[in-house]
Amino acid sequence: MKVLLVGEYREGQLLESCFELEAFADELKAERATLLVGSADACQKLRGKVYFADAADYLEYNPDLHKRLVLEAAARENADHIVFSHSAYGWDLAPRVAAALKAGQVSDIIAVRDGKFEVGCLNGKMRRLVAPATAKAVLTLQPGAFTLKNPGPPEPRIEKLDVEKTASPVNFLGYEPAEKKEVDLTKAAIIVGAGRGIGKQENLAVISALAEALHAEVGASRPVVDAGWLDHSRQVGSTGQVVSPKLYLACGISGATQHLTGMRKSGFIVAINKDKEAPISELADVLVIADLIPFAAALTARLKKP
Amino acid sequence: MKILVCVKQVPDLETTFKPNPEGTWFDETDLAFQLNDCDEYAVEEAVRLKEKLAGAPDITVLSIGPRRVVETIKRALAMGADRGVHIEDAEAYRKDPWQIASLIANFAREKKFDLIFTGMQSQDRGSGQVGVLAAELLGLACATTIVAFEFTGGLCRVRRELAGGVKGVVELKLPALLTCQSGLNVPRYPTLPNIMKARKKELLTVGAETLGKEGPAVVTEKFYPPARKGAGVVLEGEAAETADKLAGILREKIPGLRGL
Ligand SMILES: Cc1cc2nc3c(=O)[nH]c(=O)nc-3n(C[C@H](O)[C@H](O)[C@H](O)COP(=O)(O)OP(=O)(O)OC[C@H]3O[C@@H](n4cnc5c(N)ncnc54)[C@H](O)[C@@H]3O)c2cc1C
Repeated sequence: MKVLLVGEYREGQLLESCFELEAFADELKAERATLLVGSADACQKLRGKVYFADAADYLEYNPDLHKRLVLEAAARENADHIVFSHSAYGWDLAPRVAAALKAGQVSDIIAVRDGKFEVGCLNGKMRRLVAPATAKAVLTLQPGAFTLKNPGPPEPRIEKLDVEKTASPVNFLGYEPAEKKEVDLTKAAIIVGAGRGIGKQENLAVISALAEALHAEVGASRPVVDAGWLDHSRQVGSTGQVVSPKLYLACGISGATQHLTGMRKSGFIVAINKDKEAPISELADVLVIADLIPFAAALTARLKKP
Repeated sequence: MKILVCVKQVPDLETTFKPNPEGTWFDETDLAFQLNDCDEYAVEEAVRLKEKLAGAPDITVLSIGPRRVVETIKRALAMGADRGVHIEDAEAYRKDPWQIASLIANFAREKKFDLIFTGMQSQDRGSGQVGVLAAELLGLACATTIVAFEFTGGLCRVRRELAGGVKGVVELKLPALLTCQSGLNVPRYPTLPNIMKARKKELLTVGAETLGKEGPAVVTEKFYPPARKGAGVVLEGEAAETADKLAGILREKIPGLRGL
């Protein structure tokens, strides 16, 4: 089996996810080649055959040109699988390649089972085992699901790749940096995370009081930030902060993978949830099955008792 | 300007899912359904654009599924879409992203929409493919995961969410398809008068079988819960008592914890 790995490069850097793609190829015991639209320097960090297209020519984001580069490399390799990370780059580009090849796409893969792919669904509550129905397939991998065990030294065999540069209806203008932070959660020893389970904005006061009693910072899941109830610097997860406090209290947070990515490495995890099957329970050292707000108030009262 | 918004009806996730008899998706018995969250942002953004352009754009909202999805279409109409299209398909749950995108593209092809909004992914299946596939099938410019949208001088300028708060700024010519991410806006809650008005809006039903018969590109073989190792300690019961137990555990496990 042959796989083409499509590496990711952003703001002049090779992203770590490239090595996760290599790990996946190793797990499939597949022959692999990598395509990188990036820099010659970045290619030096990779292993095996590398198709290199210069980001100076093709930009870091230009879906039409990148699609054609992927198709060209895939044709040269006669690749069975074309593999991306399930990231803002991968989920944007992969379906374009799938459509062009009329190939099936399996998204956000977390494991390989007997040559088929396991993916999560229903916010992590259930799994599906999926197989492509087409000869060639496009795959995207859940960030963090595959890790390279014996990388060995990088030894790329680089081949320059070019396609005709035509005008694109999608024009990449550049990056906008992250907003200034209200707090630096990565430094907090204890974080009390507020999730959608708090119900309404007024209830944040109860969570803040609990955080104060614990000398903790308030963190949040994404819906709480999207609603404008807390600053983005307090969001924990794949599009927020990756934290590793001594203690993380997940209050009314279900435990979607994007949230877990941000707090998995916490020392001790307590989840307060009314649903004992919420995926957060898998990570929790202690699961409190309770109605959040009255329980948080009771815990605060208990902590304030001398 | 003609706008299409594609929405999906998904189950409320705060429940226990059981496999259906085929063992490939969930059993629907006793489930409550709602508008997919990313799609709600898509509807809101379309309605805001209509308001900004003094009502000129005409908004069609489309949903594929069994009869129950009409409720979700009505919600989008109550938020301000002009007409609904129900692509009736009792078998929609079996269809993969390629088949769903093909139905959308076959419906939209002759209608010449200038702008199509979809969610970036559904909360139930979460493949994140349908919008981009539909754009490719229709030959539209496309950008995914947008968290900001402006329309000026005939161009869309969007911000794509990347990672760690960094955004990519992208400009697109019409016709275009954009997939919306949560946080793009704060969706309005339909008012009672608007819910009443929505009842009188046009609702077209189209049989899925009239929009082509693409086969699947991927097949679900099994649907099952994750292997559970389960939580460490489970506490349940009266609040003050449970709080007492939790405080005890924390004191033991996290030395140097202040406030205990
Ligand atoms: C590309 C992308 C990036 C993302 N990035 C992030 C990210 O960085 N961070 C992030 O958090 N999410 C992120 N998300 C969103 C993520 O998928 C989930 O939607 C989100 O984490 C859910 O937040 P939640 O757990 O607070 O809400 P829900 O999933 O709605 O869970 C609420 C929980 O509260 C419980 N609950 C409700 N009421 C009560 C009560 N009265 N008492 C006790 N418990 C109660 C429920 O049982 C449920 O488990 C991202 C999604 C995408 C697609």
